[in-house]
Amino acid sequence: MATRHVYLDHAAAAPLDSRVLRSMRPFLEGAGGNPSSFHGDGKEAKDALDDARTRIASLIHARPDEILFTSGGTESDNLAVLGYARANKANGCHLVTSAFEHPAVLESVGHLEKKEGFTATYVSPGRDGIVSADDAIAAVRPDTVLVSVMLANNEIGTIQPVADIGKRLKKLREAGHTKAVLHTDACQGAGAMELDVEKLRVELLTINGGKIYGPKGIGALYAKRGVKLQPLQFGGTQERGIRPGTENVAGAVGLATALEISSEIREAENARLIALRDTLIGGLLARVPKSRLNGHATLRLPNNANLSFLDMEGEALLLYLDAAGIEASTGSACTSAALEPSHVILSLGLPYEVAHGSLRFSLGRATTEADVDYVLDTLPPLVQKLRAISPVRVDEKYYV
Amino acid sequence: MSDVSSRDRKQSWFYTDIVKEHFFHPKNFMDRDVATDEYDATGKVGSPACGDELRVWLKVDPGSERIREFRWKTFGCGSAIASTSVASVMVTENGGMTLEEARALKPMDIMNRLGGLPARKFHCSVLCDKALRDAINDFYRRAGRFDRIVVEASRVVDLVAKVTDHDIEEAVLEGAHTLEAVQQKTKVGIGNPGVLPAVEDLIRFYREKYFG
Repeated sequence: MATRHVYLDHAAAAPLDSRVLRSMRPFLEGAGGNPSSFHGDGKEAKDALDDARTRIASLIHARPDEILFTSGGTESDNLAVLGYARANKANGCHLVTSAFEHPAVLESVGHLEKKEGFTATYVSPGRDGIVSADDAIAAVRPDTVLVSVMLANNEIGTIQPVADIGKRLKKLREAGHTKAVLHTDACQGAGAMELDVEKLRVELLTINGGKIYGPKGIGALYAKRGVKLQPLQFGGTQERGIRPGTENVAGAVGLATALEISSEIREAENARLIALRDTLIGGLLARVPKSRLNGHATLRLPNNANLSFLDMEGEALLLYLDAAGIEASTGSACTSAALEPSHVILSLGLPYEVAHGSLRFSLGRATTEADVDYVLDTLPPLVQKLRAISPVRVDEKYYV
Repeated sequence: MSDVSSRDRKQSWFYTDIVKEHFFHPKNFMDRDVATDEYDATGKVGSPACGDELRVWLKVDPGSERIREFRWKTFGCGSAIASTSVASVMVTENGGMTLEEARALKPMDIMNRLGGLPARKFHCSVLCDKALRDAINDFYRRAGRFDRIVVEASRVVDLVAKVTDHDIEEAVLEGAHTLEAVQQKTKVGIGNPGVLPAVEDLIRFYREKYFG
């Protein structure tokens, strides 16, 4: 049985930082007033919520009234895409997004196409997992209402040229070519990258708590002043009526603390993770024949290593690794509910075989060199074992 | 596909101890390259593009037509490996099944022996019976006994995944009424999208036949 526990799935969920928990405690254990109530406990909750909003706003260079709290990344993405497109139909019914967005964006765009008369252009990333700003800008038309490109991809960790797209989209708007605004899903980028809405030149930005050592079930949407959104839910005036419902005060406080901690330790932690990541990637590529790195080698999140091991299937390897105490994730069809392999790997122009054999390791604050060494020692023989029982010998031309 | 992890979804971890035993310690797999005439028959189903490929090799006693040896290789997920491994035991235990008995082996028999599989894994990963029937036909083909070759009454709609119109009919009867739902059950057209228009026609046909 497993002698070691190595959690390498931080891109799916990161553990709650104890300092974050401490900041949330008073609002979990205390009176827990409703911020809308007119009494002392209500006031205390409202002050905490306002304070969290102000802290988040200052970290991302926004104003407090531009921060809307939601239930997480999916809701923020839905609100940005559906809420903005519906409220601004007068500007046009065309959307631009990338082919490898998170489903929270992709399926919202798909819904608008299927049910609400919108059309969409899906910009394909290059083989290196990076969307070219030229391609994204070229897709913008006079009737484009919204452009949505993620800050960093959730599966392969590649960093997208959002600031460049934002700058050029602004020029197009100023030239009267379009009225389109820019949304970015920063769920994966948030811990490792600076989120400055002025530098990124985005009008909408999605953040969530669970990936940055904050609480799960909390997210935020930055919506620049003047950006109209149609609510997705009804029943109150909270969050300016755009996102009604009693606020998650403890969650908001936790999200603010988690963002502050990420920002404080960013530089040192990024350097540490990049070194570990590159040891892991380099070691696996050297030790496992017929393996490839998916996505750009350096323009990727410091904690993301996504590799494909050919001639075997990802779920089987995931289960063998789990039995050895290593927790990762796969783009294989077998773990997806739809039994379709990773749309991200396929969007790079790579064949199904590469997607089925893909594995994502996402490192975290607790990951050590010894953990990486353990993976480097444990994984190669498991791949060898699965290849021994596999009849498949994929041609080299498919994965180089 | 959403965030690639299945850890939080858990579905794929609902494997029984028997499944795990066969997955971690697979029985009877072919551990070497093999010459074509070394075994009496071979069969194949699937492709790496659709996520599962399975090959089997048989040695058959010519007199009794009992299967003496069953070797296999699988590219596939945990349940694909486990179901093939357990089938190799079922086919060869107690003196071995006759080819006729083996031809009657159903995915359900294999799944029952495993103590169950996650529902969504059943259709796509239990392919062994198809590869076995392919090999049995190969045995008779090599022996020149063409009268014993059984061409499946149903029509294969996806040659790669070897999904038949009967598989589509069953999926529709089990409540899969859209292409996506049928693909979840059968994997038809995954990695082979050219067949999808014909599949959609079939789904419409069976939906209208059974559900009006």
